[in-house]
Amino acid sequence: MFNLIKRLIISHSYIANYGYSDGSGDYYIILDSDKCTGCGKCVEACLVGVLENYVDDYDDEIVKVTEAHSKSIKYDCGPCIPVGGERDVKCEQVCEPKAITVSIKVKGLD
Amino acid sequence: MTQEKGSTTQEKEYWRWEETRWNSPDIDWKKADIITAGVDIGSVSSQAVVMCDGELYCYSNMRTGADSPDSAIRAMDWALEGTGMKVEDMHYIIGTGYGRVNVPFGNRTITEIACHARGANFMYGPTVKTVLDMGGQDCKAIKCDERGKVTTFLMNDKCAAGTGRGMEVFANLLAVPIGEVGELSLTVDEEPEPVSSTCVVYAKTEATGLLRAGWDKNKVLAAYCSAMAHRVFTLLERINVEKDFAITGGIAKNIGVVSRLEKELGLKALPAKYDTQIAGGIGACLFGKALIEKQRKAA
Repeated sequence: MFNLIKRLIISHSYIANYGYSDGSGDYYIILDSDKCTGCGKCVEACLVGVLENYVDDYDDEIVKVTEAHSKSIKYDCGPCIPVGGERDVKCEQVCEPKAITVSIKVKGLD
Repeated sequence: MTQEKGSTTQEKEYWRWEETRWNSPDIDWKKADIITAGVDIGSVSSQAVVMCDGELYCYSNMRTGADSPDSAIRAMDWALEGTGMKVEDMHYIIGTGYGRVNVPFGNRTITEIACHARGANFMYGPTVKTVLDMGGQDCKAIKCDERGKVTTFLMNDKCAAGTGRGMEVFANLLAVPIGEVGELSLTVDEEPEPVSSTCVVYAKTEATGLLRAGWDKNKVLAAYCSAMAHRVFTLLERINVEKDFAITGGIAKNIGVVSRLEKELGLKALPAKYDTQIAGGIGACLFGKALIEKQRKAA
């Protein structure tokens, strides 16, 4: 309860887009800091270790994409979003507040 | 504002931009209540900014060397040169930018995204809603509220397209001093097709081909500037640009890219009152000031 009040009053919310666009398409993991509680379930669920817990600039404990992985989402998110295969995104599934979205758009496929 | 010239420009280094330093003639730092500093160690340039009670006191802007801690010290030393102030006189120092963990005298680090939003809020006023930071090695599209707090951000640090480094490569390739690239790219009679590749390496190959095909230097520059503008435009599109719009970072000084981007957006960027490269440093100073005020209040 205290956490909820703290989030309502003190914390600051923003939407973080981690990832990149390159010649082949757009690869982003979008995180809503307002919804994210920092529970870390997605961190555990990720097969590759793309996500990590951290304290943001406004002193909120939330989740982010690691610096190294944010440059290779196209490949790192492959196990959950195989090209031409069924979409089975673990982090999105375990996130109760629906704070995380993986948005991968490969040119010529969608 | 008077600006002193930085290190000497050697003839064949076309990429070499001017390093600058400035300090306020009107502020007596000894009378200041809160002195904070922001050290922004970027991949290409480093800035040390010092603010007294929320007002800009001095700054330096220079190239980042191979050694980040050393770059931080050099930038700070240069900023403080002749002021009599020492690092010990400062109440709070924040490191930001790519090499922020390497600021030896820093009290804490804050990401450059938060700092640029805060800095732009100070530099361009509270009406700024969208900030585009065109850095040396990455590009960030940030949306913020009227207090300079980030509401959305998108960072592209995977690829050098649309960054200062890319522009340096082109300045060297075409043997045009980097400060003149923007102006020269606007001298073309007819706007050429942008170079088709977003990748700097491929764009360079393409440009070499265009030169061989007899294209004028300025026309090649125009093709590259317009490709770069389009590239950042697609980034901005993702976050939905809102008025007022401001550009920070080194490329904000390149009128060739800025004017083409403005055209594509159908929106003018706010004119810069300060050196656009120090936005991150200013933001860091303001964060430091807020932290000190919070600490004093609690005590």
